[in-house]
Amino acid sequence: MIEAELSRSVQRWCKGATGATSAAKLSGGASQETWRFDIVHPDGPIGAILRRSPKGYGAAPTRAAGLAAEAQLMQLAYEAGVPSPRVMHVLVPEDDLGTGFIMQRVEGETIARKILRDDAFAAARPHLARQIGGVLAGLHRLPQDKLPELRSRTATQEIAEFERDYRSLNWPKPVFELALRWLRDHDPGPSTEVTLVHGDFRNGNLIIGSNGVRAVLDWELAHLGDPMEDLGWVCVNSWRFGEIDKPVGGFGSREELFAGYEAAGRTCDPARVKFWEVMGTLRWGIMCGGMMQRFREGPDHSMERAMIGRRASETEIDLLRLLVPRGS
Amino acid sequence: MQDEPTPIELTKSVADFLRSDIAPLVSGHQAFKLRVAINILDLVTRQLTQEEGSDAAEVERLRALLGMDGSVTELNRALAERIAKGEVDLATSGLAEHLWATTMDKLAVDQPNYASYKRELGQGG
Repeated sequence: MIEAELSRSVQRWCKGATGATSAAKLSGGASQETWRFDIVHPDGPIGAILRRSPKGYGAAPTRAAGLAAEAQLMQLAYEAGVPSPRVMHVLVPEDDLGTGFIMQRVEGETIARKILRDDAFAAARPHLARQIGGVLAGLHRLPQDKLPELRSRTATQEIAEFERDYRSLNWPKPVFELALRWLRDHDPGPSTEVTLVHGDFRNGNLIIGSNGVRAVLDWELAHLGDPMEDLGWVCVNSWRFGEIDKPVGGFGSREELFAGYEAAGRTCDPARVKFWEVMGTLRWGIMCGGMMQRFREGPDHSMERAMIGRRASETEIDLLRLLVPRGS
Repeated sequence: MQDEPTPIELTKSVADFLRSDIAPLVSGHQAFKLRVAINILDLVTRQLTQEEGSDAAEVERLRALLGMDGSVTELNRALAERIAKGEVDLATSGLAEHLWATTMDKLAVDQPNYASYKRELGQGG
């Protein structure tokens, strides 16, 4: 049981801690897991989260930054005032827990449908798009000399990579071909400014409370690149959950997002943001195809994966809405 | 020819049974998985109901667009290749209309509640 290892671990690095309790697995595939647990402490329980690759799963997928880099980025973000959980401990071999890290648990909601509909978030919702702009500005300003080693990608390299991923699926889709063509024709070229890019900044990876954004999670796809990529990705229709007239995660307008970003002293390039929104829509579509392939070839032969494969057509209609709106 | 009831009637009867009789009895993660299972059966029922007509219309449009014959899969592969090579693009007469019609037919099966689909449906097609 994981609680035994967690108990031994927390007693080593958390002053006063006597053990760990209430461990529950939140999510995870074979190579990466998230657990919640409480540290037993005389001053009261401390909510914690373990993010790890279990023993024997050391190698991260090619696009992933790796858990050590993720911990370092979250800590940097926390120190810079970007909403982020505090990293409490980076796993060492004596922990016997695999590789990864333990962070303080931030209470709040990540389920988009609740954030977009529940009364608890009614006061926060009108401010979220602008607030998200400010959070992204802070994230893009994290000091480059302190960043861990990260992959670096230009738009041109990303198009080539997605094209390779798509072709490997052997899944001919005229709409995806059209989108690939559009992306090549509208490639904005290398960004004049290269910053840290979160890479998966969207609904589901943000903890929201009644007062707004409390934490940015899942830095797994962080890399160096065009900061406008994060602004485009958060606008992809797949994260609006039905609120399609509010492009920023179903919360608000692009103008509010840009205003929040620029109020924090940074500059937006709306044409580049649109390019990355198209790219992001295609990217999610190809990811759906990847789910279909993994469902087919196993080992995860789950109904959920099968149905995500069928969601590729959602990105096809969204690509058409972006590239060939009807009545235009 | 296979006997009746038809696959459409069969999948629909299983989905209705799970929805009405079983769903009230289960909770938690199993209830979530049951919802996914029911969604799959509903999707299959929609596909069985609509596929024949929408594939026939798609093939007809593809034949006109490409000037060749073939199965719906072969024709889609050919169209994808021609777009990739730049031989067909949005300036090609009929391409945008074809992609819209095909995509709308797909959404009608895959995700009729998807907001973008409902919006486009409201605007007529």
